[in-house]
Amino acid sequence: METVIQNIQGVPLNHYILFCSLIFSIGVIGVLIRRNVIIIMMSVELMLNSVNLLLAAFSVHWGDASGQVFVFFIMALAAAEVAVGLAIIVMVYRNTRSVDINALNRLRG
Amino acid sequence: MSAIITLSLLAILLLYLGLFKAKAALLPVSLLGLVATLVMYGTDWAKDAEPRYNGMVLFDQYAVAFSILCVGVTALVLLLSKNYFDKASTHVAEYYALILFSLTGALLVVSFHNLAMLFIGMEIMSVALYILAGIRKKDFASNEAALKYFLMGAFSTGFLLFGIALLYGATGSFDLAAIKSHVVDNPHGVSPLFHGGILLLIVGLAFKVGAAPFHFWTPDVYDGAPILITTFMSTVVKTAAFAGFLRLFAFCFVPLQDFWMPVLLVITIVTLFVGNITAIVQQSFKRMLAYSSISHAGYMLFAIVAIGATSAESILVYAGAYSLASVVAFGSLILVKRATGSDHFEAFNGLAKKNPYLALAITVAMLSLAGIPLTAGFVGKFMMFSGVLADYQVLLVILAAVNAAMGIFYYFRVIVAMYFRPLDRDQIAVAGEYRVVLIVAVLITLVLGVYPAWVAGLL
Repeated sequence: METVIQNIQGVPLNHYILFCSLIFSIGVIGVLIRRNVIIIMMSVELMLNSVNLLLAAFSVHWGDASGQVFVFFIMALAAAEVAVGLAIIVMVYRNTRSVDINALNRLRG
Repeated sequence: MSAIITLSLLAILLLYLGLFKAKAALLPVSLLGLVATLVMYGTDWAKDAEPRYNGMVLFDQYAVAFSILCVGVTALVLLLSKNYFDKASTHVAEYYALILFSLTGALLVVSFHNLAMLFIGMEIMSVALYILAGIRKKDFASNEAALKYFLMGAFSTGFLLFGIALLYGATGSFDLAAIKSHVVDNPHGVSPLFHGGILLLIVGLAFKVGAAPFHFWTPDVYDGAPILITTFMSTVVKTAAFAGFLRLFAFCFVPLQDFWMPVLLVITIVTLFVGNITAIVQQSFKRMLAYSSISHAGYMLFAIVAIGATSAESILVYAGAYSLASVVAFGSLILVKRATGSDHFEAFNGLAKKNPYLALAITVAMLSLAGIPLTAGFVGKFMMFSGVLADYQVLLVILAAVNAAMGIFYYFRVIVAMYFRPLDRDQIAVAGEYRVVLIVAVLITLVLGVYPAWVAGLL
């Protein structure tokens, strides 16, 4: 166990930044190209979680707890947002019988 | 802070009033609470405010002025909401409570002194609005607006958060004062993380204020949401988002202006043209107002592009003028739509014959939105333009003048329809609350236009 922790501490900060940027980019691309609302929501969660990871890494790097406290704020927000978002999706599904984003094209101009 | 606590408790109290079926008490209680909040902010007006609660919030004059504007406009919106939601559902209390929760978030956004508060404020404001945009559960347009707003809002939150995380990585703190001293101490050695953070924050905030090229959700959401919610979104939420935007940039990022100013300049010019050109071709009054709100976001970005001592004041006046005119425009649209069932320009035909005072109020609002002298809108535009000119951005002012001319075209379509298109129609009954709101908003618009000195020099 000791060696595992030492190995983890040996990972440079740059790797965390690159890793989180990659996950964030996957999330952004997911939101932009997927058409299923549920998957878009999952991609948004991916974006938020990459930020959580990055904040935790920076927090350790600076030896400052406020970054980790911020992670809790983001988790609470993500939970609230998912609750509201799923409610909205259920409401839309009841009217359109679809969770495809292409069904939402009545407003134009 | 007592004001924010009062508002949150007030919203919870309203939920209980709804539980005990005290429907008639909802509006008076919420208005009383808003007045109490205004009084509390009035007593907070101090020259040298210190950050409170471990530097989380700062109630300086800037924050108090914008808070008072937000609370005042919310009071006007609530006055318009009497009997408005009854048709949508039997649970009316929730709507009042959600609007007040959203207002609480807006007040946090204008008074943050820590990036955590900016984030939390933005989210409290937005999450309540996702629900409000979809309160007409059976109405397809309302559904679509709620889903689009939710997806785009959550998406932009991701950018905002990643920007905040990068700033934290570069400086080691979320506190505005610490970030500022970090930038001031290393004017050349700021790490690339910091630059990336600024760009991502610009993207996230541009989404929230509806600036091009991140504006594409705005027309659909404004068009699909119930008119009253659109009013709230395009006035209070936009004002608060801009106040937060300016506060962050004026406080922390001024030494790096050479880096982010060109980015914002491009965003501003694109926003102006996209908003105005698409507004010209609209047939629906509501959709035209949505696009015009994009172009007004462009004008308000001037204050951040040419950041300086007068930025705060000009954004306050502009946002105030725009909010009041929007309340009048949307309020009249509610009346017209109730009578005719349509929100197209034709619905306004011949309005001046039967409702001369209503037509006059709409005319004043349109003149103010177009920026014609003797209205508050002109004062706001004048302050924006002179701020940009003092920064030697001549090209921007020329482009903005072209856009202001385009704006006059589509705002005057309504006036032409009301006064010069004859149509046999019945008189529209204007309820007492609507009269109060229209008179108050029109009076403030005119008085500010004639005596701008009353607000100039406030901040």
